[in-house]
Amino acid sequence: MANLKQIKKETLEQNPSLLNPVYKMHEKEVRVVLRNCDVIDPEDINQYIARDGYFALEKALALPPVEVIELMKESGLRGRGGGGFPTGKKWEFAYNNVSDTKYIICNADEGDPGAFMDRSVLEQDPHSVIEGMIIAGYSIGAHTGYVYVRAEYPLAAKRLQLAIDNAVELGILGECVLDTDYSLNIEIRLGAGAFVCGEETALIASIEGERGMSRIKPPYPAAKGLFGKPTIINNVETLSNVPQIIFNGPKWFKSFGTKDSPGTKVFALAGKVKYNGLIEVPMGITLGEIIHDIGKGVGKKRQFKAVLTGGPSGGCLTEKHLNESVDFDNLVRLGSMMGSGGMIVLDDHDCMVDIAKFYLDFSVDESCGKCTPCREGTIQMFKLLEKISDGTGTVEDIEKLRDLSVSVKESSLCGLGMTAPNPVLSTLEHFYDEYLEHVNDKRCKSSSCKGLINEYFITDKCTGCTICARRCPVQCISGSLKEQHTIDPSICIRCGECFASCNFDAIITK
Amino acid sequence: MKEHISKQDLHLFEENILTKYRKNDSPLMQVLQESQNLYGCVPIEVQEVIGKHFRISPAKINGVVSFYSMFTLEPNGKNTVGVCLGTACYVKGGERLLDRVSERLEINLGETTKDGMFTLAPTRCVGACSSAPVIMVNDNIHGKVTSDDIPNIIEQYNK
Repeated sequence: MANLKQIKKETLEQNPSLLNPVYKMHEKEVRVVLRNCDVIDPEDINQYIARDGYFALEKALALPPVEVIELMKESGLRGRGGGGFPTGKKWEFAYNNVSDTKYIICNADEGDPGAFMDRSVLEQDPHSVIEGMIIAGYSIGAHTGYVYVRAEYPLAAKRLQLAIDNAVELGILGECVLDTDYSLNIEIRLGAGAFVCGEETALIASIEGERGMSRIKPPYPAAKGLFGKPTIINNVETLSNVPQIIFNGPKWFKSFGTKDSPGTKVFALAGKVKYNGLIEVPMGITLGEIIHDIGKGVGKKRQFKAVLTGGPSGGCLTEKHLNESVDFDNLVRLGSMMGSGGMIVLDDHDCMVDIAKFYLDFSVDESCGKCTPCREGTIQMFKLLEKISDGTGTVEDIEKLRDLSVSVKESSLCGLGMTAPNPVLSTLEHFYDEYLEHVNDKRCKSSSCKGLINEYFITDKCTGCTICARRCPVQCISGSLKEQHTIDPSICIRCGECFASCNFDAIITK
Repeated sequence: MKEHISKQDLHLFEENILTKYRKNDSPLMQVLQESQNLYGCVPIEVQEVIGKHFRISPAKINGVVSFYSMFTLEPNGKNTVGVCLGTACYVKGGERLLDRVSERLEINLGETTKDGMFTLAPTRCVGACSSAPVIMVNDNIHGKVTSDDIPNIIEQYNK
């Protein structure tokens, strides 16, 4: 069997840099889940062990499962996949359901467009997820585990497989984990490009070789899950937190974050902010701190407009929310949700109607088609948004859209349909004026909705840098270097290429 | 473009691949993925072999194949180009890039060029949002792409 202490000692001697303090992007960051990212070689299990990896497992295996579950409950860890269900409670349900076979599943089907937290953890610290899975499996009494990875992440799947193989070689996984009588085998299952498979019952259907369609809950997977057996499904980030909680204790974990949302959260900050990338912050940090302090704002030329959280299931938060605390319950109160952690920042060049339409298009595509409200409702909502954005919409259409959103939200079968209207409802609440402008004035202020643009026009702000002329796919822009350019409207195809390329705000729409 | 898979090949597929999954509780997704990797698609004749081997009705197999966007009935081109339309790429002009790529390759989304070199595949978020907007060709990610870069990117793979 592997002597963890010995491996740790030897590896640290060879790589003293592993003792360096954790890298931080910004002083406000607290890295718990990302503590090993960019620090260890993810393909070397010894380096993970050198940073106290698998010591939490050793500690957990010495305790009876109920006590491990008790520690998790005490820590207050809530599911990081978006719902925020208390992890310890989930494990307790599965533990209490007596069965000869139980399963532990890691949900690595990160489908939210604009989020990449799980990919980074899987690629850069796969062992932390595996260690979390073993601890979870031990607690509920599961002897088979699956990691359901989306097919778009080939490197993550490769590194995870390597991590599993290496852990088995060292006797950390497989038969008799660390010389105890507990055994667990973990297999990887690849998804095949269906967003809905991130929903737990659809994920189970997919592993079972069915179409990835969700079913009515209850029974919850903790009672009847994979192959009808008690199953717990935890997201990548949740599982990655587990070893840290066991190793450092629930008290340590609760020293970060808020009372009801303890710990940290990884966010994928992207869109129109200067710093794009992953950040890990304590829960309860304000939105403004994330966007302006850590993300460095949208830059001088543009104006911050909104931030999208929770992807196609979430909503938007605006200027007036910058002082609000970012935690599970507060974001729901504000009409958005935590989601898995995508944060897309928008500036004044983004149209909220267009963004709502974008998300709806996604939900229409990804609806599994099982229940009518989601299958038909989202399409009708999309059609209404199309009308509004191409200039044929009316005020009644906006009201219809709102009514339909509420119906779809209330009557859909699973999380996908229940949350698909959120981007619409949230933009309607915070940017109703923009919707009105689209239907009454037939105008899109941010020049995004193509149907409302008659002409692109170059003003005297033009410095003659020629970039728009070079980008124009139909060569309809003429002018000499350092002189104001002009657009020939008879050739222009209104693709928006020039508008996006101009660094001087010289191009306007009419 | 579609090549017929010979009886002999199908037999080998059954012999070498399907038998590996005999003891598996739910082999369907995995064998479909094997076919997709091997032939670039899951044609009807392969679905039939899988059905016979595991005693699953062809209707059910076809239902699963048509549900997931990664399974195709026809093979993709030599290179698969995906212009990411995740949210981060979208707000940074991903849709415009898609239009330019589509013009350049003279195909619509989901189609394959006549010479079989490129397929323009619908792509939702490849998880490289910090490099938005992104174009993925096969497994390679090209980040912070502007429309000027498109000819170069395409040419790299056009051989």
